[in-house]
Amino acid sequence: MMKAKLSRRQILATTAATAAALAMPNVRGAHAAGKVTVGFWDHWVPGANDTMTKICQEWAEKNKVEVQIDYITSQGQKNLLTAAAEMQARSGHDILALPTWQPNDKAAALEPLDDVMGELIKQNGDVNDTVKYLGRKEGHWIAVPATTGSQFKGPCSRIDLLKKHAGIDVQAMYPAGAEPQADGWDMEAFVTAAEKCHAGGNPFGIGLGVTSDSVDAVGAFFSSFGANLADEKGDIHAKSDQVREVMEFMKRLGKVLPNDSAAWDDASNNKYLVSGQGAMILNPPSAWSVAKRDVPAIAEQCWTHGMPKGPGGRFGPYLPYFWGIWEFGTNKTAAKDLLVHLSQADNVGKLVAASGGYDLPAFANLTKFDTYANAEPPRGTLYHYPDPFLQQTKSIAGAPAPANIAFQIYNQALQTKMVARYLQGEDLESVLSWAESELEGYSRS
Amino acid sequence: MVDTATKSGGYAERTARPRSSLKRLMQRKSTIAFLLTLPLILIIVTLVIYPALYAVHLATLNKSMERFVGFGNFTFLFKRETFWMVVQQSCIFAITAVVFKAVIGFFVAHFIHAIPTKGQRKWRGMLLVPWVIPPAMSTLAWFWLFDPSYSAINWLLVHMGIDPVPFLGNPYWARFSVILVNVWFGAPFFMIMYLAALKSVPDQLYEAASIDGANWWQRLWYITLPMMRNIISITVMFSLIVTFANFDIVRVLTAGGPIDSTHVFATYSFLLGIQGGDIPLGAAVSLFMVPILGVSAVFILRDITKRGNEA
Repeated sequence: MMKAKLSRRQILATTAATAAALAMPNVRGAHAAGKVTVGFWDHWVPGANDTMTKICQEWAEKNKVEVQIDYITSQGQKNLLTAAAEMQARSGHDILALPTWQPNDKAAALEPLDDVMGELIKQNGDVNDTVKYLGRKEGHWIAVPATTGSQFKGPCSRIDLLKKHAGIDVQAMYPAGAEPQADGWDMEAFVTAAEKCHAGGNPFGIGLGVTSDSVDAVGAFFSSFGANLADEKGDIHAKSDQVREVMEFMKRLGKVLPNDSAAWDDASNNKYLVSGQGAMILNPPSAWSVAKRDVPAIAEQCWTHGMPKGPGGRFGPYLPYFWGIWEFGTNKTAAKDLLVHLSQADNVGKLVAASGGYDLPAFANLTKFDTYANAEPPRGTLYHYPDPFLQQTKSIAGAPAPANIAFQIYNQALQTKMVARYLQGEDLESVLSWAESELEGYSRS
Repeated sequence: MVDTATKSGGYAERTARPRSSLKRLMQRKSTIAFLLTLPLILIIVTLVIYPALYAVHLATLNKSMERFVGFGNFTFLFKRETFWMVVQQSCIFAITAVVFKAVIGFFVAHFIHAIPTKGQRKWRGMLLVPWVIPPAMSTLAWFWLFDPSYSAINWLLVHMGIDPVPFLGNPYWARFSVILVNVWFGAPFFMIMYLAALKSVPDQLYEAASIDGANWWQRLWYITLPMMRNIISITVMFSLIVTFANFDIVRVLTAGGPIDSTHVFATYSFLLGIQGGDIPLGAAVSLFMVPILGVSAVFILRDITKRGNEA
């Protein structure tokens, strides 16, 4: 057996190496705090993804975390497929952008975010009831409302055509930089204007199809009449007086919409406005943005404003997006920190600016960014897009039914199908009975 | 070394036997055939059999996939009006489209066959174009032709003084449109299969029939059709399976609308399972095709076997 004999130099070297090794956990390398993987929604506005990447990189450098971002398109429902696959595999990104109904649908696999939302509400003000309805499960936050992708689908009207055919001055009704003067803007005024514009050759462009623009629009009309197909407890009210009332209203409105509106998808209303045919569509400012790029003369005549008031209140079609953290995520602490960072007022402002005013923050104190006030042409066209005076209830089709039922009402476009059936000549009682039967099916667990 | 080799001769003999039997095994045609098909078998097991069995498993779970419900999803579907509408539409869609594809393919194959050999290649190539373009892409082009607001076809109709047609907005026109696009896409497949079959019919049979005074119709009925029976059966069955399972054409063109009037099994399954978050119910809808296709496959293939035995 060899006898180990250490020299003084060897002892010093060994001691130094041991000390260095023991001290290693405190050394902060470039990515000392690990890695966070994120699946964000692939924004349709050129450059918006770059802004998001930049904001994340700033946070990553500050916190010594490596951030890997994938931008996942909603084309062909790729984002829904990704969410379903990751939940099944219990593997994937730490943070995933979840469209409207996905947080509730995937709640079992999502990390509770009460701590994150508590902090953000303290900083940015409260969120509206629809965000609470969609982002919480059993009283706990399971997702954070995302700036990116969240949108409001209020009216985008042609200033000239509404004035010419219906005698309505939308700029006076919703003046830039000032409170709306819209007391007379109710459902009767709306449908009368639709009839006049139709008679004048420029119908309103509202879809009665199965995609989200149609579902959101018709859902807002139902809410405005207080026509809830199912209540909070899940009790079905498909044959209520309010439902009958809104069906008659929709029949009157549907008769003056384009005759193929039952086949419209989410691009149809955009094209209808940009082509110059439509006097009004219900959409976020994407159609105006496209017009600004392709047909500036039409963009100059566009004005985004509030929804008309119905017997049940003034409801606007709202479609929030969320960011969720999988409970099987590998770096949940860092992921939570990143979500807080993304919802800081200055970062939200950058994201709104990058989207050209399309993205809509959910927090009450984040509705008055310069992007909305300064958008042009015409100047102030998007001022009322975020509802700065909080005069509308931001609603989602299917609410206030329990989320599992409401999700099916929305997903299967029950309300637009009811209207389309009635418009195509089916008896109202038969339509309501069919809807009742469908609703019973949606209640399955 | 030589000694060692000699001494170990007994061992070598003992080990040589299995080696030679392995060699014999490897030389067998069936073994080679099996090994050559092994990659395909593995692909089918991984990408077809496993997902199919997993779909069966999913179809037996409740909505939240936590509980076994047996046939619960199927009994639920049987009570839904929309589901029976989808069954009806899938059958109308598949049967109508396959019949038209077969008839058009049959006649076009005859026309091509009648063209002198020199010019045939050009026509064959041109007529195959719809089949070689990915259907999602070609359907997008059709969507633009039928577009609710900017239909190119309607533009022509209006310029000819005819009222525009709501191709995708009216349930009947929408059904017509999805079937039309499916026929446009699938007819070239029938055409090329029938053309190959026509070319394999011996000319002597037609010559003999002509000598006997048979007319065009009699030659078709007594020679061409009997000689093509097997290929017609196989192409019809294959196309029936593919058409029943169609997804892309309906999804791109109408997404199942208006009022669910163009949904087929695959699109309805996607709506319920992926968009609606009810994966077990979606799996149950997709599996509903299996018995329908299984029964039709048995009938068609049994007929082929019978004819094979007769031959």
